[in-house]
Amino acid sequence: MTAPAGSLLAATDLRKAYGSTLALDGAEFSIHAGEVVAVMGPSGSGKSTLLHCLAGIVPPDSGSIVYAGRELTSLDDAERSALRRTEFGFVFQFGQLVPELTCVENVALPLRLTGVKRKEAERTALHWMEQLQVEDLGAKRPGEISGGQGQRVAVARALVTGPRVIFADEPTGALDSLNGELVMQLLTEAARSANAAVVLVTHETRVAAYSDREIVVRDGRSRDMERIV
Amino acid sequence: MSIGHTLLGLLEAGPRHGYDLKRAFDEKFGHDRPLAYGQVYSTMSRLLKNGLVEVDGIESGGGPDRKRYAITDAGITDVETWLSQPEKPDPYLHSTLYTKVVLALLTGRRADELLDTQRAEHLRLMRVLTTRKRKGDLADQLVCDHALFHLEADLRWLELTAARLGQLAQEVRR
Amino acid sequence: MSRLRTWTRDLGMGARFAFGGGREGWTRTLLTGVGVGLGVALLLISTAIPGALAARYERGDARSTTSTAQADTPGPDTLLITRINQTYRGKDIEGYALRAEGPRAPLPPGLERIPGAGEMAVSPALGELLKSSEGALLRERLDGPVSETIGDAGLVGPGELFFYLGSDSLAKNGPDDYRVGRVTAFGYDAQRDGLDPVLMLMVVLTFVALLMPVAVFIATAVRFGGERRDRRLAALRLVGADSRMVRRIAAGEALAGSLVGLVLGTGFFAVGRSLVGSVSLRQRSVFPADLDPAPWLAALVAVAVPAAAVAVTLFALRGVVIEPLGVVRTAKPSRRRIWWRLLLPLVGIGLLLPMGGRGNDHGRFNQWQVGGGVVLLLVGITALLPWLLERFVGKVCGGPVSWQLAVRRLQVDSGAAARLVNGIAVAVAGAIALQMLFAGVEGDYTEPTGQDPQRAAVAVLLHGRDGTGTDLAERIAAVPGVTRAVPLTSTQAAHQLPAEEETVDVTIGTCDALGEVAVLDSCTEGDAFVVTGSPSTDAFYGGRAEPGDELFVGNVRRYEAAAADSPTPAKWTVPAGARTVASREDPTGQLRSGLLVTPSAAPKEIGDFPDARIFVQVDESGPDALDRARNAVFGADPFVTAMTLRHSTQAAGFSSIRTGLFFGAAAVLVLIGGSLFVSQLEQLRERRKLLSSLVAFGTKRSTLSLSVLWQTAVPIVVGLVLAAGTGVGLGAVLMSMAAQPVRIDWPSVLGMTGVGAGVVAAVTLLSLPPLLRLMRPDGLRTE
Repeated sequence: MTAPAGSLLAATDLRKAYGSTLALDGAEFSIHAGEVVAVMGPSGSGKSTLLHCLAGIVPPDSGSIVYAGRELTSLDDAERSALRRTEFGFVFQFGQLVPELTCVENVALPLRLTGVKRKEAERTALHWMEQLQVEDLGAKRPGEISGGQGQRVAVARALVTGPRVIFADEPTGALDSLNGELVMQLLTEAARSANAAVVLVTHETRVAAYSDREIVVRDGRSRDMERIV
Repeated sequence: MSIGHTLLGLLEAGPRHGYDLKRAFDEKFGHDRPLAYGQVYSTMSRLLKNGLVEVDGIESGGGPDRKRYAITDAGITDVETWLSQPEKPDPYLHSTLYTKVVLALLTGRRADELLDTQRAEHLRLMRVLTTRKRKGDLADQLVCDHALFHLEADLRWLELTAARLGQLAQEVRR
Repeated sequence: MSRLRTWTRDLGMGARFAFGGGREGWTRTLLTGVGVGLGVALLLISTAIPGALAARYERGDARSTTSTAQADTPGPDTLLITRINQTYRGKDIEGYALRAEGPRAPLPPGLERIPGAGEMAVSPALGELLKSSEGALLRERLDGPVSETIGDAGLVGPGELFFYLGSDSLAKNGPDDYRVGRVTAFGYDAQRDGLDPVLMLMVVLTFVALLMPVAVFIATAVRFGGERRDRRLAALRLVGADSRMVRRIAAGEALAGSLVGLVLGTGFFAVGRSLVGSVSLRQRSVFPADLDPAPWLAALVAVAVPAAAVAVTLFALRGVVIEPLGVVRTAKPSRRRIWWRLLLPLVGIGLLLPMGGRGNDHGRFNQWQVGGGVVLLLVGITALLPWLLERFVGKVCGGPVSWQLAVRRLQVDSGAAARLVNGIAVAVAGAIALQMLFAGVEGDYTEPTGQDPQRAAVAVLLHGRDGTGTDLAERIAAVPGVTRAVPLTSTQAAHQLPAEEETVDVTIGTCDALGEVAVLDSCTEGDAFVVTGSPSTDAFYGGRAEPGDELFVGNVRRYEAAAADSPTPAKWTVPAGARTVASREDPTGQLRSGLLVTPSAAPKEIGDFPDARIFVQVDESGPDALDRARNAVFGADPFVTAMTLRHSTQAAGFSSIRTGLFFGAAAVLVLIGGSLFVSQLEQLRERRKLLSSLVAFGTKRSTLSLSVLWQTAVPIVVGLVLAAGTGVGLGAVLMSMAAQPVRIDWPSVLGMTGVGAGVVAAVTLLSLPPLLRLMRPDGLRTE
């Protein structure tokens, strides 16, 4: 099967094994620009591995991943890192903010990695923090803010470089429903307004409901729920 | 829940007497509400009239109704359609869904497909509700959230059932 | 429950946590154990060193004959012995020629019998050297059969190059032949000089400077894995332990770790001890058996280390409130205050300053005051460094991402970084101070010999009946690589017999040879000269004789000639044409006076005891010329003294302390480097998830590696700057105590800080592979 036409990021027949465990066994995926796609599935189904492969963090054992016409699997580590710095944004469940840096420094970090001057990077960072309603936390350290605030800071950080795809791996996993809803609302709204696609890995259906489409991963195989019926 | 479809589904395994049908139904689905004879009788007449079943034979010897029913091709198609059609998500869906799953397993159909179809339907509704919630006021949000939480519970049940299909299949076919 | 029982119960529970915490717990306990163990090993070695030195001295004394009673006449229990030391390829080889004069002649320690004529008893190291290809040339010199290998009792160290040569030609030419001893026993019983006060000061300081960082290091090691432990303690509070209980449990964990450390340390020490025998350092080596810590010192280590571990843990927890839901550090918000931190070094300096200027008069220092002052000054570093580091990282900002990450990390917890660097800072400061002192005192303890190795690499000294050396000189000159061999013979002359105070030296040699000892404008065979002291000082040496004087030449003092066959001094007239010339230092640095005569003008009879020497000049470009020349000398006559000329000599006590200091400081720095590495690893492992997520959003590996480098480098640079400052200051104070002009010894400052920088580089390099491994995306996997 080939990737659907017009997709921004598409993967076909991905296989990836960790030792003897088969994490991905012929998974498929595609996403359009600005689309929010939820990747669901039980624990250990391979949904995080799918995200890692799609984002170029982990190379798959076989299969093809095409992003904006470029085959990811043929890029080397440095090229994939550069791609992640400039084109992708990331939100994880927890433990992603550097505890020693203040929030605004954390948000500015991806920009600084691409060589933007500190002042300018932090100005852009503050703009995104306003979008996520955490602009007041700029001078605080991650240890001094709540989990929900931390995730919103992380979302701001994921958006700060103006990425075309945001990868969110259980972004609400450590939050209560109210905070989870808030983070999801702000994340999807900000992503939609920036026309960034979101790959959202979650096991919570209410979180997945913020997407445009769901993909279920089971035993390393993906299933696009849209194509049922 | 559709008793007609259920009885049709039970017939798909092989021709049965009305009494057998009632017993099979009660055993598998009627834990709390056994089926009344009259209801079986009237349902079978309706199905007969619609050409979904036919009378396979009448047993001689006493008893009120010793007719043996068999499913027709039209009946099989009808069951097929019913099973593959997702139910409209609603809070008290589980008994219907459960019946469908068991029947699918009994008739050798893909129960997992059935569950996925239902999931897709649920998710679609949840997305609609989420969108409405995002755009609406607080009252909308609360109403939608109520529905969303129920749907989420259904989805969890679907997920859990999907994970236990193998076990269930063994149990039903015993 | 009694206090004691609560303590034992809680300590025991802590110990169980230390061992029972699964793989994590074990790893942590093992890390602590290894850290403490290395420190314990170093402590044990330090406690063993005095004993080892004493054992060396004892065996050296046991084989010495320099102070034993000399017999006047040969007897059944007498032994003739003379020193025939050699050098070979820059290595000193100590040797004695032996000749038993009777059946009960004393046996040197380590020998079973006295070697027969031409036979040799050699130390194991020398035996190996002789067998090796490297010793081929030496084998030509020491070519006798080896009768036995000298036992350990006869050697100072296992690597010592030492031999006894049996001889049947060794003879004592009268009681005044001081070169040959006639002894009835071995052993040294004279009182040894104590080390002089300045050397003593250095020994005390060396130990203080080396042991201080070890103490700091042990204190750091018991705190490995502190964060994880805090979390566990919080969990204990949650199930109902009170705050004093958890403190005791923490102490119990540290105690267990330090006990493991004691066991490991004893093991390391045993391993190190067994290895030490095969190590030779500037030709000094130590027998494993000599490294035997004094029992009471070892016992002190065994008690002090666990006690210190408990004390350090309780001290470290003083600013920490362990709540059921986590650990709160109350110490954090309070800014580090400077006043008491400055107090320590100031008191230290206060103790040291009053002792200024006592050194050269060899007045005694109050060792306790010196030791206390130095300890306070060095402890002051450990107090000042956290403050300084906090100030420093608080001030800096800007710079690239890697720098920002590192500095921010240090701002959050500069204390942990400072603790690790404290050890390095103390070691470097102590070492710099001592090196300065050494460099300053070096002039005093290094004596210029006045010898000129350019003019002659070897001076061969012949005595009495050895002859005039002309033949030997010819043989030496024929050796490949020898450029020139100049023989000079001197004898005594006097105006009357027996000679009174002033005798006239008569030096006989060719014009070429005489040119080595006087400034000759022209010289032809048959000339004679009167020498008048040196051109520079115009000093007057010995007696004078004028041209035409009639002199007696030979055994003019008469007392050398106890032997009956000694010829009577003959009359000789100083040639009338003898010119007066200025003398010149010969290659051994001596100035001559008296008369210089060429062979044809020389007196016929020069007596039994001429004093001849041959100056041998070699071609420096040929590596073996020197040793070939020495081979030729030894072959011609093993008993003549062949002296390798050197510019200067160093007092032995000095160079051994210096060597000790260097290796001690190096060992301490390596040790601390090891602990830096371990804590670096631990920290990296705790941040695994963070590192993975940073890599996920495209952080370059080089950025993270650099930030690890900065994180190590910044505290170490701050520490080294402080250490260099304190070291130079302490050095200056010490130099003024030794009454030396204060001079900063830049090479040692740069050298020690360079070693510190090397440790940073090594730690960073070693951290890179695990860092790169941890940066793999596996860290993101939660399932």
